Amino acid sequence: MAEDAGAAPPLLPPRFADWFAARGWSAREHQLEMIAKGRAGRDALLIAPTGGGKTLAGFLPSLIELAERAPANTPRGIHTLYISPLKALAVDVERNLMAPILQMGLPIVAESRTGDTGQARRQRQRIKPPDILLTTPEQLALFCAWEGARLYFEDLACVIVDEIHAIHASKRGDLLALDLARLQTFAPGMRRVGLSATVDDPDVIRRWLGCTAPEAENQVDLVRGPGGAAPIVDMLLAEGRVPWAGHTAQHAMPEVYEAIKQARTALVFVNTRFQAEFAFQELWKLNDDDLPIALHHGSLAAEQRRKVEAAMARGELRAVVCTSTLDLGIDWGDVDLVIQLASPKGASRMVQRIGRANHRLDEPSRALFVPANRFEMLECQAAREAIAENRFDGDAARTGALDVLAQHVMGCACSEPFDLLKLYDELVTAGPYRDLTWEDFEQVVDFVSTGGYALKTYDRFRRIVKGQDGLWRVRDPATAQRHRMNVGAILSPAVLAVRIAMGKRLTGGRKIGEVEEGYVEMLEPGDTFIFAGQVWSLVAVTGLDVLVRPAMGKDPKMPSWGGSKFALSTFLAKRVRELMFDETHWNVLPSDVREWLEIQKDRSLIVKEEELLLETFPRGKRNFIVCYPFEGRLAHTTLAMLLTRRLERMGAAPLGFVCNDYAVAVWALNPLDGLDFDELFAQDMLGDDLESWLSESFMMKRAFKGCAIISGLIERRFPGEQQKSGRQVTFSTDLIYDVLRRHQPDHLLLRCAREDAATGLVDVARLGQLLARIKGKIRHVALDHLSPFSVPILLEIGKERTPGAAGEMILAEAESDLIAEAIA
Amino acid sequence: MSALAQPRHVYAWGPSPCGGLRTTLSGASVTLRPSGALWIEAEAMLVVADLHLEKGSAYAARGQMLPPYDTRDTLRRLTAEIVATRPAAVVLLGDTFHDRASEDRLAADDAEQLRALAGLTRLIWVIGNHDADGPRALPGDVADELTVAGLRLRHEPHGGPQPGEVAGHLHPCAKVTASRGTVRRRCFVTDGERLVVPAFGAYAGGLNIRDRAFSGLFARDPLCGALGTGRVHAVGWRSVVGD
Repeated sequence: MAEDAGAAPPLLPPRFADWFAARGWSAREHQLEMIAKGRAGRDALLIAPTGGGKTLAGFLPSLIELAERAPANTPRGIHTLYISPLKALAVDVERNLMAPILQMGLPIVAESRTGDTGQARRQRQRIKPPDILLTTPEQLALFCAWEGARLYFEDLACVIVDEIHAIHASKRGDLLALDLARLQTFAPGMRRVGLSATVDDPDVIRRWLGCTAPEAENQVDLVRGPGGAAPIVDMLLAEGRVPWAGHTAQHAMPEVYEAIKQARTALVFVNTRFQAEFAFQELWKLNDDDLPIALHHGSLAAEQRRKVEAAMARGELRAVVCTSTLDLGIDWGDVDLVIQLASPKGASRMVQRIGRANHRLDEPSRALFVPANRFEMLECQAAREAIAENRFDGDAARTGALDVLAQHVMGCACSEPFDLLKLYDELVTAGPYRDLTWEDFEQVVDFVSTGGYALKTYDRFRRIVKGQDGLWRVRDPATAQRHRMNVGAILSPAVLAVRIAMGKRLTGGRKIGEVEEGYVEMLEPGDTFIFAGQVWSLVAVTGLDVLVRPAMGKDPKMPSWGGSKFALSTFLAKRVRELMFDETHWNVLPSDVREWLEIQKDRSLIVKEEELLLETFPRGKRNFIVCYPFEGRLAHTTLAMLLTRRLERMGAAPLGFVCNDYAVAVWALNPLDGLDFDELFAQDMLGDDLESWLSESFMMKRAFKGCAIISGLIERRFPGEQQKSGRQVTFSTDLIYDVLRRHQPDHLLLRCAREDAATGLVDVARLGQLLARIKGKIRHVALDHLSPFSVPILLEIGKERTPGAAGEMILAEAESDLIAEAIA
Repeated sequence: MSALAQPRHVYAWGPSPCGGLRTTLSGASVTLRPSGALWIEAEAMLVVADLHLEKGSAYAARGQMLPPYDTRDTLRRLTAEIVATRPAAVVLLGDTFHDRASEDRLAADDAEQLRALAGLTRLIWVIGNHDADGPRALPGDVADELTVAGLRLRHEPHGGPQPGEVAGHLHPCAKVTASRGTVRRRCFVTDGERLVVPAFGAYAGGLNIRDRAFSGLFARDPLCGALGTGRVHAVGWRSVVGD
């Protein structure tokens, strides 16, 4: 710093330097660097771990600029726009930002605006914009679809995107990138600033953040924060036993409880809501000391979550059991231990979670892994090693989705008339759309206008029309208003309110929280389940309410879909395979796991990292084929579906399959030893077999529904037309999908749905990599009975249901029930 | 809550070669076909309800551009049924058009297809609440309701006991639960005395048969014929659940 002081004014103005000094701090290297980037007018991406003063580093240049600018006679527009992927984070940052502003007495107005902001404040913000506005991508999309957006943002000097690693590779990221391009058109001098947690490849994010206009320099400067102390990650070995299968880590709860007792405040992370409920329940059974332990997950009523968050901030809790709802960077005060129950699934997410413990950089964060079964044990070990080496999962760059583009084009038309060529030039400056072809763009515009159908019967109903002046504009204000009601790229699954059943007529009483539709489908009236930390019995489902009664002292039924919604990352999967093959490594593992590996090696095989182990053996009256690709449940399910089709054709008469993150097991009537396994796993599986399976699958229908909503084909409140008598008639998007697929299979939305299903729901790309990797490297062993490795996956048979699959089988089963009833 | 204990009725039904269910309705032999059409044997009559033609364009007019192929999709399936059964007459059991302006929005080739069907068989348009005027330019007879083979065919079910009534309007749909999971399908629903047929239209929504709108229609727990792929599955009342 001292050497800067000579020629140029110091980076940190005296008022700011004093402020730092008064708190006993000094500005950090990366904070100064960000100020320098701001002064130079450069776009910048700051990569720093949690606790590095990252948010302040992002705001400092704006605070300084605003503090230094001369007072104006006329009202000015927004100077800095801050975008956070989480509503709660925007509000939290507003609070934290007020401290320096008030303490330095800066003449700066900073306000947040989220979906929860009241009408009066929203109105005022429109008429009299604050200097700094903190908001979410969805609110920004709404701003951009306003009439007068151009005028509103013309003074914008800087936009800050926080937690950028959590949003860039998603449809929300696509939409945000398009809106950044829009803002840049409104305010050409606008500077882009990104704040990110540590990632494997910063260049992916730099390309997303940067403006790719040909004349722009196309460079976002990279600023790195300090590394911080390496975290201390321990593995919990409950009395040395590691169970064969399961996902709940029930066996380790006494030790987890002990760890909580030893810590000041612990965050207990799990992967699913069910696991959260289960762990919370188990910990309370052990809680003889009456420690204040709370529960936090996305299904709980918002009010209840706020209560937990507030108690946490006040330091009143000793532990919170939580899901990914607490993954992002809200400041949690005094957490000194992070416990990961069950497997981490990815190294990056784990580092994020560990970062929740201890917001001071100089002290190491402490974490405790609690593997729930043997394969998870291997996975936890691989993750520990990756974290120690500071290695992360890679994030692939993504191509912007066309359904999101359709929404954005409509939003542009709602804001002001647009010229087709100029809009195209703007769109391709957004990172995810830099390769957008003119043909696709024209198709999207046609889709927005008339639905993009080969049968041209909707021309008179156009939503956007081209005027005499050659500009496209929205048909009428009512159409624009309806679009604004449907903005955003977040799809929430249908949620039902959980309420206490009241009286004989079963009316809904107090609301306890919300659950996704799929959760309830697994339950029948009379079933007991845990929710919000209590055991309930399901009474009935009426309309949008799930009616329940407390079920004291009963053992809750365990929904068995207990795995993780996160797939095992490619990076971590490879490390697990390496760890397994490398015997010198085994000595870090507990003795029973080591023994398990020894017996596997002895009775079957342990293969090299790039090979695929494939076992066949008879069991009961069936013949099993089990393989261990370690590619995650999604890719495995797709693989199993396709294998089953092929085995059918090979005459093996397959009967069923089961998958987890590590393995696939298929069983059949006929012996499998003599099959040609290279043929069975041939890469052409991803051709016609995949297409014919996919187009009929519920995954495609689900993906289609998402694309239909985002693109504006249907509105968010659809289905559910209110009929005259107030009855709810469900008009499912499946009907639309079926008709469209029969009559125009190459329609834009079907292309989008195919893309989404292949990436998000069935992981075709990963399956493709697997098939390529193992070509010619399948190691088959024919065993006369099951192997040690196959035990965990075989234990899962019969526990899992395949949602959405096999509608005909369900009907046939119901019919045979009826026949049985008739015969009885 | 379930009704008081009553002797459970055992319905007589059997498979038909078309994949449908053969059963009797107030004494008349009928087949519930996998397409959702009803076949009345004595009169060689095919009954389809709630086609809701041009529902897609009705939405488009309000700014939701649903695929404009619903009418041709519905007519394609109707044509296949006519070719398969060679009926003496086809009864369109009301709400054949989605709204009163639907006929004007009909694409030329779809209108042509309807005329062609009228050439193959006699079309009888029963009036529904969505299309109270009946067709203006298209061929066929128009009726408020009609009686054939001891059955009374009308669009909307009447209240109270109505032996022999065949109606549409309600778009019945069953959510069937078995140990493997849950599935939602359009369905026929009958107590042997009256029958509600499913909607035939490509874009017609469904109303759960556990909805209040169905209560009071049946004297006892009805049998439900859920539409599967090429088959109608007989499903008991105990296997269907509310939404």
